Amino acid sequence: MPDRAASLVPDRSLGRTPDRVWSGYLRPDGRKGIRNHLLVVYTVECASFVAQEIAKDESDTHVIGFPGCYDNDYAIRLMLALATHPNIGGVLAVGLGCEYTQPHRIAEAVRASGRPAESFFIQEHGGTRLSIAYGKELLASLRARASETAVKVPMTWADLTIGAECGGSDGTSGLAGNPVVGRTFDRLVDRGGSAIFEEVVEMIGLRDLMIARAASPRAAQQLGATYDKMLNYCKAVRQYSVAPGNFAGGLTTIEEKSMGAFAKGGSQPIQGVLRVSERPPHPGLWLLDSVPDEHFMQFGYTNPNDTEGIMDLIAAGAQIVLFITGRGSVIGSAVSPLIKVTGNERTWRNMSEDMDFNASRVLSGELTMDEAAGELMDLIADVASGEPSKPERLGHREFFLMYKHQDVPSLEAGCRV
Amino acid sequence: MSVEPAASAFQVHASDNVATLLSEAAAGAPLEIVGPAGRRDLTAREKIELGHKVALVAIPEGAPVVKFGIVIGIATRPIEPGEWVHLHNCRSQLDERSGHFDVHTGEPGDNAYA
Repeated sequence: MPDRAASLVPDRSLGRTPDRVWSGYLRPDGRKGIRNHLLVVYTVECASFVAQEIAKDESDTHVIGFPGCYDNDYAIRLMLALATHPNIGGVLAVGLGCEYTQPHRIAEAVRASGRPAESFFIQEHGGTRLSIAYGKELLASLRARASETAVKVPMTWADLTIGAECGGSDGTSGLAGNPVVGRTFDRLVDRGGSAIFEEVVEMIGLRDLMIARAASPRAAQQLGATYDKMLNYCKAVRQYSVAPGNFAGGLTTIEEKSMGAFAKGGSQPIQGVLRVSERPPHPGLWLLDSVPDEHFMQFGYTNPNDTEGIMDLIAAGAQIVLFITGRGSVIGSAVSPLIKVTGNERTWRNMSEDMDFNASRVLSGELTMDEAAGELMDLIADVASGEPSKPERLGHREFFLMYKHQDVPSLEAGCRV
Repeated sequence: MSVEPAASAFQVHASDNVATLLSEAAAGAPLEIVGPAGRRDLTAREKIELGHKVALVAIPEGAPVVKFGIVIGIATRPIEPGEWVHLHNCRSQLDERSGHFDVHTGEPGDNAYA
């Protein structure tokens, strides 16, 4: 919906307070967190039950991990990126004792980042019950150290990295939810912040549009190479990122879904392409490439579910992720809060306990796109200030990680940095 | 004379030959099409749900279906103005599974469960 030319209501487009400042946690690498969570990391599926039990009833503790016994460089990089994320104050790594991925190496890397960290193998601590008890003791000690070392500092827009992901998209997503997020990204970037969007597999047919948005010739080269890799991948696995719910919601083809999904990238120049677990080297708008590199295994369906993409955005340093869902999704996220945006008025009514922001008001003409972006900025600042988002309030802390290869150095045409 | 309540649909780009429903339209409902190409009136030939698309003009078989100013698919049979445009009359140019989905639920029908 185009902006209304003349509005009779006061200008709400700048939000309540354009230059809000709140309190955050300063980390030794200079980044600032909006939460001070503890993280339990399991290094194989066999240790996941114990890890979940250790974190049970600990409101500040989230769980991540990798299910495979054989290790994977991509997965290790992603777990380390999350374990040293600005929202994390301390880490406990738990292994079974047989697997390739080493808990003590994770703990060492976390300690090197200036955070308290511990690790142990279940096989060395007497099995399930004794390991849970031991883990809970370590968690208490980590919590005490994380709160002692926490440095509270003022924080504002320029200290934020925000991700955007869409899931359960319908015909309203491309008209309301995603454009409102795009407009919000424009403002965040104007105020010195970093904005990241992904879902390259939902940019089918948009190669020229992507390249036209490049901030530099180098970025243009990266965007072109990323698009080409994606299209080769989709053709090779014969999989396109469009699901039954999308069809039921009125999206007919991947081409249609793509244009709507791209709208969440707003209108700022794209600075370049990040690979999973890389951070933006400077502020601005960035595209994240989560598509597996060419590899003989053709592993790792790209975009197997929404949570994977959300984890990729958080691994890039996002302290908050905006999740746009037309049909209504009930996920949250480990490490960083999700703010749920819907452009579907019916979903807003039917799933009100799960939805944070009603973007359908731009379709009914109640709000202009700019006013909606102003309100969403306010909500972001509220959540950054410590107010729990709806998924946080409900206790959501979803996590997903599977095997992938994104480290083949020979990919041609400048995709590699 | 139609007795169905009016519904509205949004045409994103002036070159689009479809518009997206902003509310559900019953068969025979008057449709107000809004967007950058200006306002126009149409009648829904069948029930079309919120978020789904209506054809603004006649689209011949094999012709592109355009939304956001880009080709989002190809008409698989002639489409009349006011008709619902979806999986039953429009397919992807890339996705081989396009055309194997239930038109209402999107459920795939091309894999075996036994």
